[in-house]
Amino acid sequence: MKALTTEEIRAVIARGKLRDNLFKALGIFCLSFALLVIVALIADMVIKGSERFTLDFFLNFASRRATQAGILSAWVGSLLVMFVTALAAVPLGVAAGLYLEEYAKRNWITTVIEINITNLAAVPSIVYGLLALGIFVYQFGFGQSILSAGLTLALLILPIIIVSTREAIRAIPAMIREGSMAVGATRWQTCRYHIVPYAMPGILTGVIIGLARAIGETAPIITIGALTFIAFLPPAPFAGEPAAGLFDWVMAPFTVMPIQIFNWTSRPDPAFEVNAAAAGFVLMAMVLSMNAVAIYLRYKMRKNIKW
Amino acid sequence: MNSTAMSLKASTDLHQVSDRLSFSAMRNWKERLIEAVLLAAAAVSVLTTLGIVYVLLSESVRFFETISIIDFLTDTQWTPLFDDAHFGIMVLVSGTLVSSFVALVVAIPVGTVIAIYLSEFADSRVREVAKPVLELLGGIPTIVFGYFALLVVTPILQVVLPGLPGFSLLSAGLVMGIMIVPYISSLSEDAMRAVPMSMREGSYAMGATRLYTAIHVVVPAAISGLAASYILGISRAVGETMILAVAAGMQPNLTWNPMEPAATITSYIVQVALGDLPHGSIGYQTIFAAGLTLLLITLVFNILGQWLRAKYRENY
Amino acid sequence: MQSQETPTLKAEARNLNFFYGQMQALKKINMPVYDKKVTALIGPSGCGKSTYLRSFNRMHDLYPGNRYEGEIRNTNLLAADVDPIEVRMRVGMVFQKPNPFPKSIFENVAYGLRVRGENNRRVLDDKVERALRDAAIWEEVKDRLPEQAPNLSGGQQQRLCIARALATDPELLLFDEPTSALDPIATAAIEELIHDLKKRVTILIVTHNMQQAARVSDYTAYMFLGEMIEFGKTDEIFIKPKDKRTEDYITGRMG
Repeated sequence: MKALTTEEIRAVIARGKLRDNLFKALGIFCLSFALLVIVALIADMVIKGSERFTLDFFLNFASRRATQAGILSAWVGSLLVMFVTALAAVPLGVAAGLYLEEYAKRNWITTVIEINITNLAAVPSIVYGLLALGIFVYQFGFGQSILSAGLTLALLILPIIIVSTREAIRAIPAMIREGSMAVGATRWQTCRYHIVPYAMPGILTGVIIGLARAIGETAPIITIGALTFIAFLPPAPFAGEPAAGLFDWVMAPFTVMPIQIFNWTSRPDPAFEVNAAAAGFVLMAMVLSMNAVAIYLRYKMRKNIKW
Repeated sequence: MNSTAMSLKASTDLHQVSDRLSFSAMRNWKERLIEAVLLAAAAVSVLTTLGIVYVLLSESVRFFETISIIDFLTDTQWTPLFDDAHFGIMVLVSGTLVSSFVALVVAIPVGTVIAIYLSEFADSRVREVAKPVLELLGGIPTIVFGYFALLVVTPILQVVLPGLPGFSLLSAGLVMGIMIVPYISSLSEDAMRAVPMSMREGSYAMGATRLYTAIHVVVPAAISGLAASYILGISRAVGETMILAVAAGMQPNLTWNPMEPAATITSYIVQVALGDLPHGSIGYQTIFAAGLTLLLITLVFNILGQWLRAKYRENY
Repeated sequence: MQSQETPTLKAEARNLNFFYGQMQALKKINMPVYDKKVTALIGPSGCGKSTYLRSFNRMHDLYPGNRYEGEIRNTNLLAADVDPIEVRMRVGMVFQKPNPFPKSIFENVAYGLRVRGENNRRVLDDKVERALRDAAIWEEVKDRLPEQAPNLSGGQQQRLCIARALATDPELLLFDEPTSALDPIATAAIEELIHDLKKRVTILIVTHNMQQAARVSDYTAYMFLGEMIEFGKTDEIFIKPKDKRTEDYITGRMG
């Protein structure tokens, strides 16, 4: 076979470059489409929900009349559930990450734990709801309470926190560890005074991403039987008659933002669409600002690595 | 005199040594205790798995004492709460599979195109904007996507497809696909960026264009990572709940047509949980049998993913 | 022994400057490349010899921020204003580390032909066999063409990469330290191959190893800090270098 002439080669190149450019256009189109969805989503909720962005909307309980209904019990419920979730998931996740990176020996126990964490991350969230329904609600008798919900979401985000803790710890160079051990510090002292503080920004990023995921989760909380219509707040400590205990709110029934949105979305009366849009926007604002903080933190971290 | 001084000194030494020893022993004991506490924390994840398996199996065993597994797998009706109760899980599985299929038809091509574009074409400025945007898309709560599917996407689709009902697997599946795009694009991009530059240069040096190199060298080299990202996408689609509960309707419907409304395994669980079923009733047990089915489906895909990964392990 | 007639010019660098962003990596390089000869580029690490080599097939155009000044003339194309892809189609390259594609042995060698739009099985079969024979690896792999290329040994992979570059009949073949990742036996095989190949193709080779330069090349260029210090016949450069710096490098006083 004879070699290609210059013209033939140039034709091949022109075809190849055309395909390159077509693909580039396709890639930009797909990316813009993703961006467009976010913009459309937010714009739709802002426009539809605009008439509900009043103080009353935040301070009213749910109501049968759309115009009077608000999200007070929902956002209070979300905050309280997040508080329990963070209280349970952060120490557990950081401790587990610390163990796996700094203490664990290469044996079958470690392998089982690691495989297990990977697989848990792929378990559908509603299955966590079933676990919580069987164990927390009935077996432990916590009922359909803030405690049950908080612990459920804690288990759900535990893999996220463990993985980000491990990544943050792994980024610390070995010389920090060796330096500390060399002056006679124990493993725990090394962890407490060096490893954990240095890994803190990374851990914090993971915690925020985990909590942002948890605050938007609906399915597991519906599964444990959270109510959709709550016209009261959990008892504040020492308030009321007889005075409530410090932790009575933990066992109270509750609702959360996503469930309130679900409830309003599934009503046939279109007046509630407005409420759903407004509440959806509030939830989006919460989640997106948490994510934005996490992305910013990660960006900062990459900028000023100290070693 | 001298000897007393000696012995005194010796005894102080002895004392010091034992002090140090006891300090060291205490320190050691404390270290072990801390290690045990940390191990316990790590073990919580294993307990979670055991808990899931225990809860699903124990309630399912009770369920299958009443309903035969054959009926469960072959019956074509799912009416557990009616007087004439039927328990054909395939009705729910069909909804799950159809909606997942629609989602993946969107998510796999779009996610892969974005990944190839970001890893092989885009310059660093585009990447720095695009990646956080995709992350934000992945962070949107699914209930908000459900709202979007029912109240924004369905009306738009109804303009194009006039016969489309208000609830449909198609609308829910499409939005689910958009939700899954960031998972697939981010994992696939990571896999492609891990392909060494020298392999790309080999291709460019032969006169290949970027697209040719991407398709014929980079993608084959990263294939196990791509497969893993698709498997994760499938797991997400199969396990997704709220988009379907909101936008696909919750009527059990054995169908393979995405234009129809249908319940899925997950939306059935939500529907039951919203009601007031007494603990221990057969209706209560059905959600655990359904949950077990769901977990087995995701497990099958995960095993498949790990098998693919082992089969096409990169060797560079 | 080398022929005394004047060799024909294949390509030529004229006042070539090259910049990575602000950093100037090549300074006013002038050098001829003679047809069907092996030219070795030697010099200490960081002297710019790889950068120079990669200018011949415009690899630097792949990354933003790189800039050329001056030109590399080829006998029938001007590298500066021709599409880099066209240049790369005419110039083959073999890298430091063997980089076979994750494809079969056959498809690796057929790669460049397929890039050119050649999909006729008969043509591909012919050209692949010829390239593998030229790269002295045909006997070893003729029965395992459908096997994955990354399963070959390091030395075989490198000869496969040479076959891949030869399959498209390049006018110029660039070698970027082709034996630095190989053991001595595989290295000897590659050197022998280069010696045979120069009957048909012009070769530029970057090497760290001065014995290798002396063994395989007809001409040698010594580079230092981005400058071309000395260029000449290999025998002359190694026996009586004109420049003090070349002499220091060759006698091992530096680098």
